[in-house]
Amino acid sequence: MSFNEEPEKNYRVALFYSVSGALRAEKLLKAENVAFKLIPVPRHLSSDCGICVRFETKEESRVKKVLIESNLDIQGICPL
Amino acid sequence: MDNNLIYLDNAATSWPKPEEVYRTMENFMRHIGANPGRSGHRLSIEAGRVVYEAREIIAQLFNLDDPLRVIFTKNATEALNLTVRGILRPGDHVITSTMEHNSVMRPLRALEDQGVEITTVNCSAEGFLDPQDVGKTIKSKTRLIILNHASNVVGTLVPVAEIGAIARRHNVIFCVDAAQTAGAFPIDIKVMNIDLLAFSGHKLLFGPPGTGGLCVAKGVEDVLKPLMRGGTGSRSESEHQPSFLPDKYESGTPNTVGLAGLAAGVKFILSQGIANLRPREENLTRRIIEEIQTIPKVTLYGSGDPRQQVAVVSFNIAGLSSSEVALQLDEDYNIMCRPGLQCAPLAHKTLGTFPLGTVRISPGYFTTEDNIKTFLEAIAKIASKAK
Repeated sequence: MSFNEEPEKNYRVALFYSVSGALRAEKLLKAENVAFKLIPVPRHLSSDCGICVRFETKEESRVKKVLIESNLDIQGICPL
Repeated sequence: MDNNLIYLDNAATSWPKPEEVYRTMENFMRHIGANPGRSGHRLSIEAGRVVYEAREIIAQLFNLDDPLRVIFTKNATEALNLTVRGILRPGDHVITSTMEHNSVMRPLRALEDQGVEITTVNCSAEGFLDPQDVGKTIKSKTRLIILNHASNVVGTLVPVAEIGAIARRHNVIFCVDAAQTAGAFPIDIKVMNIDLLAFSGHKLLFGPPGTGGLCVAKGVEDVLKPLMRGGTGSRSESEHQPSFLPDKYESGTPNTVGLAGLAAGVKFILSQGIANLRPREENLTRRIIEEIQTIPKVTLYGSGDPRQQVAVVSFNIAGLSSSEVALQLDEDYNIMCRPGLQCAPLAHKTLGTFPLGTVRISPGYFTTEDNIKTFLEAIAKIASKAK
């Protein structure tokens, strides 16, 4: 299994324009106690050499809420 | 460190630094060290976090909502070059003052040949700038007002909030060179209507040399071209520079260890509180100003009022050049200062001290009352022997 996924779980990733954006998201999500992991951007999703935020699909609404409230631009959220 | 040494050149680079700055930088070099965020492994992410934390704490210091609007540069000079070359186009008009440092004047003069018109608003012989004089020079093609927050020669403060309000009213971009005030004087980007704030990391923010930056207010990035382009770790499939911040203005591997130190320095300032640091600085400045004027043959320049300036004091001793005074202070009294023109020829013309310049002293956080006493005694002795 890639990116340490647990087989029974369903994951999504949030992609950011910059590494700085991903790191801002990390701080914001941590402050709200959202469970997530920073991982390298999967090659099949983007050719960027940076990092993205992986979370369980069930956390998606919380992740979106945190990012929208902070006005942090994201490239998108997609299934892993 | 030599305990007998008295360092009064903090306006050039602050020294020494708080212990945390040394410790943080050593820890970064030994245990983190990697390229920030590019590679995705844990050291790379950790280095990225260090740089991000630096953005966050700088944003907090200047009341900027979005840390991604803090652009790191190698110094305030690079931030000012980015502003001048990134904003101004042929046919534009720019307003500055006669108290500016060459970090503003030289980039501006270089654009004169390309059809940029420059107005240098006259300041008084004490370094004061009247905001109304700035307002009067605004015309339809005025694109930028660029001013220092405090003079690097005499420390005189510029009423940036008043000028910011004027700039906003006329829809002109307002850039403040905060090299001499960031860390020593409260700066609120929103309240002061500042569009671009250039700061130095190695002066009053206690970072190491090689750190500085530019805070970019929302929307200004649409009209600010980058100074450099290159790898950003983002949009790697594209051969064109990204348009989002901070990547638009930050290419190549940054000074991570320097930014780690800068963040530690700013944390130190915030833990002390600028509101608590300022009275101390004002008291040291007051003592220098009041006592140095009583020494025969000494001429003091600037406002003469510690409430209207930062801790930068310029003077001369009749019969001695500023460099002779500086050499005697260094060799005979272990006192470090800065003689000459301090990279600000136009400011010295305004003060009437061009081309010989002044002796500039700038106490800092670690300067003691005893240090100032020793300095004043040294000046009295040097002046008494001057012919």
